Amino acid sequence: MTDPSGITAGAESGGATRTIEAYGLTKSYGKPAVRVLDGIDLQVGRGSVFALLGPNGAGKTTTVRILATLAEADSGTARVAGYDVVAERSAVRRSISLTGQFAAVDETQTGEENLRMMARLTGQPRAAARRRAAELLERFDLTTAARRPVRTYSGGMRRRLDLAAGLVGSPEPGVFFLDEPTTGLDPRSRRELWAVVRELAVRGATVLLTTQYLEEADRLADRIALLNRGRIVADGTAADLKSRVGGHRLDLVLTSDEAYLRLAGRAVHHSPETLTLGLPTDGSAAQVRALLDEIDPAGHEIERFSLHSATLDDVFLDLTSNAAPSTPTTSNATPAPAPAPEAPTHV
Amino acid sequence: MSDTAVQRRSPARRPVGAEAVRDPGRGPGPLTHTVVMAARALRISSRNTDALITSLALPIMLMLIFVYLFGGAIDTGTDYDSYVMYVVPGVLLLSAGFGAATTATAVSEDMKGGIIDRFRSLDVGGTPVLAGHVAASTVRNLLATALVFGVALLIGFRPAATWSGWLVVAVVLVAYIVALSWISAAIGLLARTPEAASGFTFFMSLLPYPSSAFVPTEKMPDWLHGFAGHQPITPAIESLRGLLLGQDVGDTPWIALAWAAGLLTVAIGASGTLFRIRTR
Repeated sequence: MTDPSGITAGAESGGATRTIEAYGLTKSYGKPAVRVLDGIDLQVGRGSVFALLGPNGAGKTTTVRILATLAEADSGTARVAGYDVVAERSAVRRSISLTGQFAAVDETQTGEENLRMMARLTGQPRAAARRRAAELLERFDLTTAARRPVRTYSGGMRRRLDLAAGLVGSPEPGVFFLDEPTTGLDPRSRRELWAVVRELAVRGATVLLTTQYLEEADRLADRIALLNRGRIVADGTAADLKSRVGGHRLDLVLTSDEAYLRLAGRAVHHSPETLTLGLPTDGSAAQVRALLDEIDPAGHEIERFSLHSATLDDVFLDLTSNAAPSTPTTSNATPAPAPAPEAPTHV
Repeated sequence: MSDTAVQRRSPARRPVGAEAVRDPGRGPGPLTHTVVMAARALRISSRNTDALITSLALPIMLMLIFVYLFGGAIDTGTDYDSYVMYVVPGVLLLSAGFGAATTATAVSEDMKGGIIDRFRSLDVGGTPVLAGHVAASTVRNLLATALVFGVALLIGFRPAATWSGWLVVAVVLVAYIVALSWISAAIGLLARTPEAASGFTFFMSLLPYPSSAFVPTEKMPDWLHGFAGHQPITPAIESLRGLLLGQDVGDTPWIALAWAAGLLTVAIGASGTLFRIRTR
């Protein structure tokens, strides 16, 4: 592990318990070669949930495809479940389950037929395949839809079936690759899927999931790696990452338009429709008190206030705003490289 | 430390640590995969009722068209008491071509979705996936062939084949169906969309026309003789016709089978390469 950005997180789990490890993965596509991965290193400890977070085109899917043996890296090495993804491809394939971005099930077959087919493909005899299919349908709450063709399923059901299909042949607790498992799902299906992932984790599975949703990474993952333009730009727990942008934000709900306009200049977060402004602070009681006194000495301009720690959104926007010294204080700007909260004093 | 970590896991589980044992159990072989894939392809095509009806009705339509619409105007010489005696082998191969073409669309549909990735992640190779489609195509085609024979008998076809003749007819037909289906599978990999795939196969389906299938080659313009006499469909037509009518066919069936074997070899090779390119 040579990456300077402290990406060695997970090292505490020790070599033998790493289920997924990759060093220096690169990959280019296309005629005028476009570098999609530019030296990816990662380690995922056994039994943990790891989220690869990044915008579209960051290289998330390519990383998953390489680790799941569906694509070969131009350089670098990776081992999954102890097997080399190139030299021991078949062994890797028998140890993992993969759920891609596109539901990989047959539309014209029923859910049950799909699962039985997958089970047969992993070498289970007919009776065992039927049992396994029934078991998974039950577990993913698809029993009532088992005999309907998949084309009649909702997006959430399809995703659950897809996950079940990935589980059919692999021993549990296994290694799961979930490529944007909730993209395109309605909020309710998304929550259902989160519950499924959590359950996998509880059973001891190792999960690597990709997502563009910060909330998802925040809720599910033990560790998060931020991927941007083929590189990992940050890696750690959600709390680690949030502390990188440092500090907190004091949100004030003001009583009047005048007060809003007067204070708007020093805020980093604006929402005029609710007369709310967010001001940067380090979160200490002393500073918050001083700030409130200074802004509203008479005590009638601020209706309410609340203190927030920086969100993953703040981190995400900060670290993926490709170059360009982060945009000035437009509506949703981040408390970027946190300027000394007390800078402009004239009120 | 690492030892305890591994031992904490249930002993029945496969170790997933770095020092995992080499063999995580053997997966099933390509044969099992092919059988499962064939069952899948058959199940899918049996649900696609429209396509199924078309692929069964089309050959019969073709035969009725040739016998009743064109037949009266085509002079096949004095060797045949009626045009239906002449045209049955041609219709059989024409429908084999049309039937096989469905494979291209099916393969192309598979490539479009995520199912191929799923199969690959289950360690299923490209060849079993294609072989499954080809097997299903063969079953569909044999069904269509049986229908064509049935209708041909109704409208006056009176075969005079020997038992061994029937056997050779069956072998040659199956060989051509398999070869054309596999070519079609390769086309399905080559085309970027199912629509394009079905367009490409059109050319393949037309191959029986410039052969002795419907019109004796002597009646064609000179420049076409060379092609019509030596293209792969002609020996198949000649063998089927000769055998069905109880004539002496010499080594024509062997030439036909050699063509089929050659086409199949090329198709399997090409589709293997194309599959690797498409899934890279």
